Amino acid sequence: MALRAGIFRPGQFSFLAIGLGFIFQTAFLSIRGHALGRCPLTNLFEVFIFLAWSVALIYMLVGPAYRLSLMGAFTAPLVVLLQGLALIAPIDIRHPVKLPANPWLEFHASISLVSYGAFALACIAAMMYLVQERQLKTHQLHSIFYHLPPLTDLFAAITRLLWWGFALYTIGLVSGFFVGRPLPYVQVVCAFGVWLLYGAILQGRHFRRLAPKHVAALCIIGFSAALTLLWGITFTAQAQPLP
Amino acid sequence: MNLFCVGLSHHTANVETRESFAGHAESDCILRRAGCAEALVLTTCNRVEVYGASEKWVSTDEIARCLAREIEKDAHRYAPAFYRYEGEKCVQHLFRVASGLDSMVVGETEILGQAKKAYESARASGAAGPCLHRLFQRAFRVAKQVRTHTEITRGPVSVGSVAVDLAQRIFGQLSKCKVLVLGAGETSERTARALVSRGVTDLRVSNRSSDRAGELARLVSGQAVPFDDWREECREIDILITSTSSEAPLLTPANLAPMLCERIDRPLFIIDIAVPRDVDPNVNEMDGVYLYDIDSLQSVAEQSLALRRQQIAAAEAIIAEHVADFVTSISRRLNPVSRTAERPSVADSSLRTSEL
Repeated sequence: MALRAGIFRPGQFSFLAIGLGFIFQTAFLSIRGHALGRCPLTNLFEVFIFLAWSVALIYMLVGPAYRLSLMGAFTAPLVVLLQGLALIAPIDIRHPVKLPANPWLEFHASISLVSYGAFALACIAAMMYLVQERQLKTHQLHSIFYHLPPLTDLFAAITRLLWWGFALYTIGLVSGFFVGRPLPYVQVVCAFGVWLLYGAILQGRHFRRLAPKHVAALCIIGFSAALTLLWGITFTAQAQPLP
Repeated sequence: MNLFCVGLSHHTANVETRESFAGHAESDCILRRAGCAEALVLTTCNRVEVYGASEKWVSTDEIARCLAREIEKDAHRYAPAFYRYEGEKCVQHLFRVASGLDSMVVGETEILGQAKKAYESARASGAAGPCLHRLFQRAFRVAKQVRTHTEITRGPVSVGSVAVDLAQRIFGQLSKCKVLVLGAGETSERTARALVSRGVTDLRVSNRSSDRAGELARLVSGQAVPFDDWREECREIDILITSTSSEAPLLTPANLAPMLCERIDRPLFIIDIAVPRDVDPNVNEMDGVYLYDIDSLQSVAEQSLALRRQQIAAAEAIIAEHVADFVTSISRRLNPVSRTAERPSVADSSLRTSEL
C-alpha cells in the first residue's frame, strides 16, 4: 500500500515483521522436522516454506548490514508469495512410506535452498538497482527514487550476495555427489548450468568485463533459471520417491 | 481574548514593501502599547507577520504602523498588501506557515527554525504569554508531524542541491569520491562548494586560465590540474562538473569510451552546466554514465516540487485535525461550562472563533 501511495517509510517495521514471520517459519519447520524425523524437504510444500525461510534468513543477515531496509518492502511480497503458494496449492502430499534419514541428501537439499535465498535477495537487489538506474538515466525521478539505497551500495550488496549464494550453491552441488545414489543426469547437467551461469556473472564482475547494469540483469535471469531448476528437481523427486 | 495574525508575505507584497515593514527592535513594545496583551513578530525574507492576543480590537493599520521601519511612513498606502486572520483562521494559518505549506518553495524547513527563533525571542522579552505559548508549541508539533508523516520536504528543489543530491543517490558517501571541476565559473564554484560541504575531499580544478584554476582550487581546498591533462583525470574521477565556454563538445562517446573501459564497475556522474553544452548528450547512453545538463537538473527540481505539491492534501488534513483539536481545547479552557459538553459541532465554529 505504501508503494502504491508513493510514501515509503523503510523504518524498523518491515524488518520486525519479517523477523516475526521468520520465527513462525522456524517453529513450523522444526515441528515438521521432528514429525518426519528428517529435514522437512520431502515435497513441494515443504520446499516452498524452506525457501521462504531462507529468503527471510538472508534478508535478516544482509538487510541491516548494508542499510537496505527498503529491501524488506521487496522481500516481503516474495516471502508472502512463496508461503501463499505453499498454503493454497494442493502440494502438501505426504509420501506413502516414511522416508529414511539421509544426512548427505538433507544437507545437499537444505544448503542448496539457503543458497537460493541468497540468489533471491541478489535478484531483489538487482531489481532495485535497475529501477534506480533507469530513473537516473531517464531523469524521471519518482518518489521511490529517494528511498532506494545509492547505486554503489546496491551493487556492493548484489556482489556480496552473489558470492555467498555461489559459495553455498557450490557446497550444495558437491555434497550432492555423496547422497549415496545416482542423481538424474538432466538434473546434474541443469544444476551445473546454473552454477556456470552464476560463475560467469561473478567472473565478469571480478574482471570488470560486465557493467553493473548487466550484472543486475543477469542476476534476475540467473535466479529465474535457478527457480526453474528447483521446480524440475522437486517434481522429479515427487515422481521418483527418495530411497 | 482575540487571537489574530496580521501580516504580508510574498503572496501579497513585493520585496520592497516587505522590507518597509520588516519590524525593528522596538516592535514588540510598540505592539503591546497599541493594545496587544501578547505579540510576536515573525520576520523572514518572504513574510512579516504579527501574531497577537488582545482583549480589545487592534486594527490592521495600527499594527502596520508598529511594524513600519520609518515612523512617518504612510501605512495606509500599503493596506491592501496586509492580510488578517482571526481565531481559527489564525491558528490554521500559523500551522500552515510552520509546516512550510505557505512558503515560496513548498515544504522548505527553514521557516520552522525561523518561527522557533521568533518565539524564543518573544518569550525572552515577555511579549509572548500563555496564549501564544500554547499556539506556537502546537504549531511546532504540527510541523514536525507533517514532516514525519508526509513527503512534503522530500527531494531537492534547486539546481545546486539537485546535483549534490543525485551524487549522493549514486555514490552514497561522497567522502571517497573524486571530483573534477572543468571550467572555473561561478556556477561550478557553487556546485563544488556544495559537494565539499557534503564531504568531498578530493577535488581537482582545471581551467584554460591556470590562475583562475589555482584560485578556485584554493577556495575549495582542491588541487589545480593543467587544462591539457583533464582527459587523463577522467579515468580516475567519479564526478565531473563542466562549465567551459567551449563552442564544441569536449566529451563525446568516442573520446570517453576508452577511459570507461578501465572503470566499467564505477559510475561516472557528469554535471554539464555549460551553455552551449560541453558534453555530447549521447554520452548519457553509455553504460555507467549519468549525464545531467542544466535543463535536466532544472527538470528534476521541478519534479521534486511536483512531488511535494502532491503531499499538500495530506499535510492539510493533518493541520485541519490539529486546528479543530486546538480550537476545542482553547474554547474549553476559556469556557469551563462547556467542559462537560461533547465535542462542539461545526456549527459552533463561529462561537469558538469569537471566544478566541
